[in-house]
Amino acid sequence: MRFPDALAFALQVIRRQRFRTAMVMLALIIGVSAVNLLTGLGEGARRYVVGEFSSLGKNTLIVLPGKTETKGGMPPLVGEAPRDLTLGDGLALLRIPGMQSVAPLIIGMAELSSGGRVRDSLILGSTSEFFRIRQLKVKLGKALPDQDWDLAAPVAVIGTQLKKELFGTSSALGKWVRADQRRFRVIGILESKGVALGHNLDEVMLIPIASAQTLFNQAGLFRIFADVMHERQIPAVRQRMLEVVKARHDGVEDITVITQDSVLAGFNRILRLLTVAVGGIAAISLGVAGVLIMNIMLISVSQRTSEIGLLKALGATQSTIRNLFLGEALLLALLGAFAGTVISELLLALGRLSFESMPLQTPLWARLASVSLALGTAVIFAWIPSVRASRLAPVEALGSGQGV
Amino acid sequence: MVLASGLRPDSESRPDSESRSAPVVRLSQLNRYFQLGDQTVKALDGVDLVIETGDYLSVMGPSGSGKSTLLNVLGLLDRPTSGDYFLNGRLTTGLSESELAHHRQIAIGFVFQSYHLIPRLSARGNMELPLVLAGWSPAQRRQRVDEMLDRLQLSARADHLPRQLSGGQRQRVAIGRAVMLKPSILLADEPTGNLDTHSGAEVVRILEELNQEGITLVVVTHDQALGARAARQLRMVDGRIVMDQRVDSGAT
Repeated sequence: MRFPDALAFALQVIRRQRFRTAMVMLALIIGVSAVNLLTGLGEGARRYVVGEFSSLGKNTLIVLPGKTETKGGMPPLVGEAPRDLTLGDGLALLRIPGMQSVAPLIIGMAELSSGGRVRDSLILGSTSEFFRIRQLKVKLGKALPDQDWDLAAPVAVIGTQLKKELFGTSSALGKWVRADQRRFRVIGILESKGVALGHNLDEVMLIPIASAQTLFNQAGLFRIFADVMHERQIPAVRQRMLEVVKARHDGVEDITVITQDSVLAGFNRILRLLTVAVGGIAAISLGVAGVLIMNIMLISVSQRTSEIGLLKALGATQSTIRNLFLGEALLLALLGAFAGTVISELLLALGRLSFESMPLQTPLWARLASVSLALGTAVIFAWIPSVRASRLAPVEALGSGQGV
Repeated sequence: MVLASGLRPDSESRPDSESRSAPVVRLSQLNRYFQLGDQTVKALDGVDLVIETGDYLSVMGPSGSGKSTLLNVLGLLDRPTSGDYFLNGRLTTGLSESELAHHRQIAIGFVFQSYHLIPRLSARGNMELPLVLAGWSPAQRRQRVDEMLDRLQLSARADHLPRQLSGGQRQRVAIGRAVMLKPSILLADEPTGNLDTHSGAEVVRILEELNQEGITLVVVTHDQALGARAARQLRMVDGRIVMDQRVDSGAT
């Protein structure tokens, strides 16, 4: 039997038995879409996180107070340190050869008020360098002044959302914002950037580092961001940073210096594993689809016993009949996998439209895996029914059921 | 090859002449037993039979006499329990399943009482099935099927599905399918059983016409009138051939 004829024969069956075809295709569509959608979500989350951290810049190092003793794994996001990280530490880091800029950071919450409107907000205390390292831009006015770190100027740069909530549509530049017992004059408004590194920068107020120290009555820094001049200097500078701070902290190495790479590698690995895991769970539904295929093919074989007998009487060999049934299952699987892929791509495209920040996309490996799993499942589960069909004794097959 | 020389009926050879070629069928001490519980049913019991090329046989007998089993064995659909079956001079017992399939394809045509057409295929689709299975190209198939449709006066019905055809038309499609690859023997099991008198006569006329062109014809039937038309009439009882009678001139 020629291949196109076998294909046409299988297509005939598929076209005539619409309900059966619809059931098998539905099962496969669900299975394939489940794999594609879930891995697409996982991949989207991974890319989102990676994108967030990439905004740090390749040359950025982050200094955290406290030390993780274990090698590898995630760096401590909340550190407990016996000694504070101070502005003096930051200035000492700035003197390391190869260091381009250093920005200290203090974070706190405060109740902000202006003209009767009150709102709790996140306050970031830092310096003008922070804008450059975190790639922040001001939409209106100017950034924090480039001045000595210990000068507690009463000025602030606020996010767009915060500006809207405190000042409405009226101009905010030059107005005063009260934070607890202190007042800050608004000198700039940030360009909207959305959520980055867990903070919605549209809702924060940036003030000079010394002002934050007095506002929160706290000398210790939350972080120090440090930019090196060239990416290749990172290992040497990192080593030097540890030594410098150790010398300043009575010979105890009590800080952690992380790079974008280490953070990314950690998240990347976890989220990739997660994606594979949910994809694997979704693949179970393909197995279930396989059981359905087997049942439906078994029913088909028993319904078409007399046809099988006839084909044998006309000289079809066992392998011809087996291949006809296998081909039919394979064709169904191919159609189902194709439809499932198209549907999941459409849903993900819809998801991308609704959540612009999430780059939802099924990774290539998952697309290939879902389709080949569907085909593989079809062949494996259709094998037994097909072989059963091919082994039917022609006499009994012809005897059963009345032909037309 | 024995196969090649034996399987195509030689159009020049006369049915009644003593040709050197082997008979189409030679059965020797053929047994076919079925086990029903603890009882052995002898559907064929020591059958000896020689069918010459071009013979026109009818097989009659009561239900359960082994007629259908004989037909199935002749058609290589069923294997005998013991004994030898030579088809065109070649021993078939012991052939593999795929060799049997090959012989069914090229040497044997079946016509069933219930037609056994595939309901989703048109008349043309059903008729060309043997050619499809044999791997003919669409162009070759079209030509051969067109000839056959024309001959069976089914050209106008070529694209009809079986359910859109009358019983007689369905049986004609089935006959066309059976002789598509010019078999050496045509086995018909109650070919007129489901047909009215007129359609039945038409089907018989076609079968006998094919027989006159050299295809060996074996008809199994309950119908005395149909059985009496054959040049050679067998009667079976309890798995044995109890009568084997040649009639001088079958009604033509």
